[in-house]
Amino acid sequence: MEVSVTVNGTVRSADVEPRTLLAHFLRDDLGLTGTNIGCDTSSCGACTVLVDGRSAKSCTLLAAQADGAEVTTIEGLAGEDGLHPMQQAFHECHALQCGYCTPGMVMAAVSLVDEYDDLDGDSVREGLEGNLCRCTGYQNIVKAVLAATE
Amino acid sequence: MTVTIARTLDDACAALADRPDAVVLAGGTDLMVEVNRGLRRMDDVVALDRVAELRGWDRDGDELRLGAATTCAELAGDELAPLVPALAQAARTVGSPQIRNAATIGGNLATASPAGDTLPVLAALDAVVEVRSVHGTRDVPIDGFVTGVKSNALAPGELIAAVRVPILDGPQEFLKVGTRNAMVISVASLALVVDRAGRNVRVALGSVAPVPVRAVEAEVLASDRIDWDAGAAPGPVVVDRFAGLVADAARPIDDHRGTAAYRRHAVEVLARRALRRAFTAGSGVAA
Ligand SMILES: Cc1cc2nc3c(=O)[nH]c(=O)nc-3n(C[C@H](O)[C@H](O)[C@H](O)COP(=O)(O)OP(=O)(O)OC[C@H]3O[C@@H](n4cnc5c(N)ncnc54)[C@H](O)[C@@H]3O)c2cc1C
Ligand code: FES
Ligand code: FES
Repeated sequence: MEVSVTVNGTVRSADVEPRTLLAHFLRDDLGLTGTNIGCDTSSCGACTVLVDGRSAKSCTLLAAQADGAEVTTIEGLAGEDGLHPMQQAFHECHALQCGYCTPGMVMAAVSLVDEYDDLDGDSVREGLEGNLCRCTGYQNIVKAVLAATE
Repeated sequence: MTVTIARTLDDACAALADRPDAVVLAGGTDLMVEVNRGLRRMDDVVALDRVAELRGWDRDGDELRLGAATTCAELAGDELAPLVPALAQAARTVGSPQIRNAATIGGNLATASPAGDTLPVLAALDAVVEVRSVHGTRDVPIDGFVTGVKSNALAPGELIAAVRVPILDGPQEFLKVGTRNAMVISVASLALVVDRAGRNVRVALGSVAPVPVRAVEAEVLASDRIDWDAGAAPGPVVVDRFAGLVADAARPIDDHRGTAAYRRHAVEVLARRALRRAFTAGSGVAA
């Protein structure tokens, strides 16, 4: 079936199998491999993207369900003047080690900061409860998210 | 496989009438997980998340009608939370932000898991489920809707269009025990709602029986012994008896998340806490 999604500001259309997941559409049809798949059961958050501005796990959403929607992936964050403040903060605070969770973590963090003004350490941890990191112990991730809000 | 992205409720019902074996897809947080794990096959799918009529809610006097595709994020949001505080509290504990953005009340109901967090609240509120098909609409009271572990009263071709709950004057509590704090499925949960006008307290339990259970004897005791004019909590002896009766209403089992004995103990503690909180000054009061 024909699916047409605005990804990072550009309308992208493809003829896909009806069962295609949004994560696979992004990675395989559009070549946007920044969105990782860790579990494919909505548990780890590695596949987090923004759909119409809200965080979503793209491993349990059909591409067909995103037809006509606006999707932002990690590739869509940086602008002409460089990294997005959240990416910059992750870089500066050493908020990643292997990097596998990072795209999803950054997207979830962007959505969190967008939704709440007065974040502190606890609310950042709570807001990122859907994103697992096997490496960092989260300390520097929380630091980075708070740094990005300053 | 076919996927129908329904845009109207009539479209969705017609698609289901055409393909009675089709599965209904809302947020996908239960269904797609099972599909990806290979536990469930999907041949024909009717997706409801783009049906505008299922997405909103409206208030008619003291009744709130929630479209089936209302998300947990919306239930927990500023508009709905003051109207049904316990439903908002329950919705806030579901999964993570990404899950709450997708997970719908209709999906939680249809899945009918003993651990479905909105279920005890809907049971305590005596919610009514609006079921729709090409043949029309029928109302199913919540205690007839959830028929067993992961089974419900929907016939082929039917879907949930909405859930109706009363807007009550009185405090409400939803409490949940899990194995950790973040993104957790409940081991035991309890919803308590107070109806000041009706002078009654209603309590329902989750995760301690195949279906949500009402603690009727405990409700009678509390409703009887509360000083409604002063709005004061009953004394410690009554609170203890209330909690004991709540625990008696549970029919828990041992499973990988907890033992029956632990669950019975947990609901007793939750019952005591909920009743005390509800009658402490400053507790959430519905509009
Ligand atoms: C990581 C994770 C954490 C979770 N945590 C919790 C939790 O803490 N508490 C909790 O209660 N749940 C939890 N869940 C389960 C799930 O999120 C909820 O049950 C959710 O409400 C399901 O809604 P949905 O819209 O995603 O349903 P879907 O997955 O789209 O559908 C679920 C079932 O309901 C049917 N269905 C959906 N809508 C309708 C309708 N309108 N009419 C008829 N049938 C319908 C579908 O056919 C399917 O069988 C969790 C899930 C995940 C993946
Ligand atoms: S890959 Fe989607 S949540 Fe893990
Ligand atoms: S940096 Fe390796 S999983 Fe998070």
